[in-house]
Amino acid sequence: MSVIYVLLTISISIAVFFFIAFIISVRSGQYDDSYTPSVRMLFEDELVKKSPKKTKSKPIQLNKSLNN
Amino acid sequence: MEHKKCYHCGEACDTELIQYDAKNFCCNGCKTVYDIFSTNNLSYYYELQAAAGATPKTIEGKFDFLDAENIIERLTEFNDSELQIVNLYIPHIHCSSCIWVLENLNKINTAISISQVDFPKKMLRISYNSTQTSLKDIVILLAHIGYEPHISLNDYDAKEKIVNRSLLYKLGLAGFAFGNVMFLSFPEYFDLASSKTNGGEFWLNQYQNTFRWLMFAFSLPVVFYAASAYFIAAYKGLRSKILNIDVPIALGIIVLFVRSTLEIIFDWGPGFFDSLTGLIFFLLLGKFFQQKTYSFLSFERDYKSYFPIAVTKIHANGKEETTQIYEIKRGDRLLIRNEELIPVDGILIQGHAKIDYSFVTGESEPVYKTSGAKIFAGGKQLNGAIEMDVLKSVSQSYLTQLWSNAVFQNDKSSSFQTLTDSIGKRFTYGILIIAFGATIFWLFIAPSKAINVCTSVLIIACPCAIALASPFTLGNMLRIFGRKKFYLKDTQTIEQLAQIDTAIFDKTGTITTAKKGMATYEGMPLSAQEESLLKNTLRASNHPLSRSLYDLLAQHQIVTLDEFEEHLGKGIKGSLNDSQIKIGSANFVGKHAEVEIENTAVHISSNATYKGCFVFKNNYRAGVAELFNAMSETLQLAILSGDNEGEKARLEHLLPKLTPLYFNQTPTDKLAFIKALQDQGKKVLMVGDGLNDAGALSQSNVGIAISENVNIFSPACDALLDATKFEQLYTYVKASKMAIKIIKWSFIFSLLYNIVGLSFAVTGQLQPVIAAILMPLSSISIVLFTTIATNRVGKKLK
Repeated sequence: MSVIYVLLTISISIAVFFFIAFIISVRSGQYDDSYTPSVRMLFEDELVKKSPKKTKSKPIQLNKSLNN
Repeated sequence: MEHKKCYHCGEACDTELIQYDAKNFCCNGCKTVYDIFSTNNLSYYYELQAAAGATPKTIEGKFDFLDAENIIERLTEFNDSELQIVNLYIPHIHCSSCIWVLENLNKINTAISISQVDFPKKMLRISYNSTQTSLKDIVILLAHIGYEPHISLNDYDAKEKIVNRSLLYKLGLAGFAFGNVMFLSFPEYFDLASSKTNGGEFWLNQYQNTFRWLMFAFSLPVVFYAASAYFIAAYKGLRSKILNIDVPIALGIIVLFVRSTLEIIFDWGPGFFDSLTGLIFFLLLGKFFQQKTYSFLSFERDYKSYFPIAVTKIHANGKEETTQIYEIKRGDRLLIRNEELIPVDGILIQGHAKIDYSFVTGESEPVYKTSGAKIFAGGKQLNGAIEMDVLKSVSQSYLTQLWSNAVFQNDKSSSFQTLTDSIGKRFTYGILIIAFGATIFWLFIAPSKAINVCTSVLIIACPCAIALASPFTLGNMLRIFGRKKFYLKDTQTIEQLAQIDTAIFDKTGTITTAKKGMATYEGMPLSAQEESLLKNTLRASNHPLSRSLYDLLAQHQIVTLDEFEEHLGKGIKGSLNDSQIKIGSANFVGKHAEVEIENTAVHISSNATYKGCFVFKNNYRAGVAELFNAMSETLQLAILSGDNEGEKARLEHLLPKLTPLYFNQTPTDKLAFIKALQDQGKKVLMVGDGLNDAGALSQSNVGIAISENVNIFSPACDALLDATKFEQLYTYVKASKMAIKIIKWSFIFSLLYNIVGLSFAVTGQLQPVIAAILMPLSSISIVLFTTIATNRVGKKLK
């Protein structure tokens, strides 16, 4: 078998692999919103606080009157 | 003092200043949001973008309907025993801070597992555990932090939205095949494999057929899937006896494919698979570019987008119950709370109605009604709760009836013949004549070449460049307009806009601003002390008229009043030392007035003596007179107003002489007026703003809605114009005309290419390499030309 068949098979299967990857990414909705991810990736990673209990001890009062 | 800005929302802290945590806040609401954020480790919100927040509004009882199981079922995208997923539209989403805080909601409510923002659509998708929290809790949480979702009747009716991504698939497929086919045709381009006799490359000669059949395989999905839309459009056109641009395109594709296949079967040559796939790729690219949509805007809105899902019904035994809007029947008694929309026509039974009909008429001034009066659907109650008896069901109310008019059913785009189609028709005839002529000629000279020439003509004449000129010009123009805050529904609107010869304007809200910016004082002059007292009294009031009057008056030192009283719906009273001032309606200040004038007025009395009044005038938008003067040169103009004739004299003075003015027009009158003009063969542009213009907007050839805030309100229309750009309207019309000129120029260009190509084809010398060069070259140069030309036009726009 000629080497050209091997080369063709390899090149086309690589191309088809990327094409399938593209189809999957479109299908999963990656291209539906092309703006938000560009903002999201720039957010700083937050420092993980060692005392998670501290936040829980302060429940937020949502029923506070806001009539102003 | 005046220049202190609220740390949360960025508004100036005029009326109130709260200092908390060494920061300034304009009201308690803003402070509370800051409190929520800082206690939940979300203060990074303020670092991302300063003053990004919105003041939360009072929402008491507003979202009670979210308790109902059947409503939750309709609103949620997914609803299992534990997990619920909901998509909410939040108009306030506007910056990176918004994205960040909304995606960190689980820090405030741990039952939320995922929250994801779709910024262009201003949508928030939340997944949460419904055993630990409820939809109502989440919506209330959002409202408390200033991100109140907009939930309307439209969401209730919404069917499963099908996202159509087929164009993206087709484009990807065509691009994929185009690239691969080009690689495989390389040996042919350089004539490496031409034949064994003139040398050639041994390896490539050996496998020539493999290469060709691979190209064939790649082109199959392109022709039968990616290009399918062109075949369908051409077939539909032919069936209704229209020769649209799709006919020569479809013909070109078929001929290219059949001839290329025959060529490789009988070993005549390599075929034109590269041109074929390239052509389809470029065409789809044009389609994709044209498809710019403003996903955060909706051009299809009807009353459903503004109406609530449910209202509170009061049973005979006094029990209150949340009822779905469609279930309201004649004779039911409803409770309309403060800030709620009146969903149906009815009779006011109890309470002081102060109804804002700005949704309906565009008029910002609220209307007062006492019990027994008839109230119409679409108004918003502003003054406490009222009770009403229902007279008509939702779909039969005065306002909503408008939507049963047939004009809302038919699709404007189907009846409009685009420039490309009308040129395509002549083009197709021309091509068919040339193809036939050339074939007959060659049948006599050299019959063996006849088929070859015929197919070559059809291939080279495939109007790729013509079909590309329009999408790229208009698509680019659409983007330029979008940057200037003129949002168009689709590219066809530009073509329609270029053709208009009549422009009709609504008055209130369209050529006038919603703000009461101008007031003249009539009466006895006020002393400096009185003026200071007046300003300080106004400062304490939150009434919209007080606010605008406050902004108009000169600066005064801020003093604390000894006494301040606000009488809802009547006026305000303030006193300092021994002087006292009353501001409000004529009756309130003790003036036994003559007949109420049609304009809005605020009366003032000082120490029980009547002083005078501030009369608010309709405030016309900047540049109205200039705009009308410029437009009247080429267009016929008219004003259609739902208002009374109170402003007639001023309008006549402001507008060009003999501009027809029509007052007291109902929504149906407006629609009929436009229709009558169209029956005379006029191409009508309607500029309006309220739901009362909705009929006229959709009847007209181009309906432009003017909007102070494009995210919040607009009736169904073809284009949305930001109110600040109103005076530019005519330059936009002219720019549309320029765009059409550019398309015509590029048609001439592509015809030149076609003539060059045809001269090859007719003489029977079309080589694949020539086709492969000529086709992309013409397409790319057309795209370049249109892009540069439209950008030049765009630069001139303000």
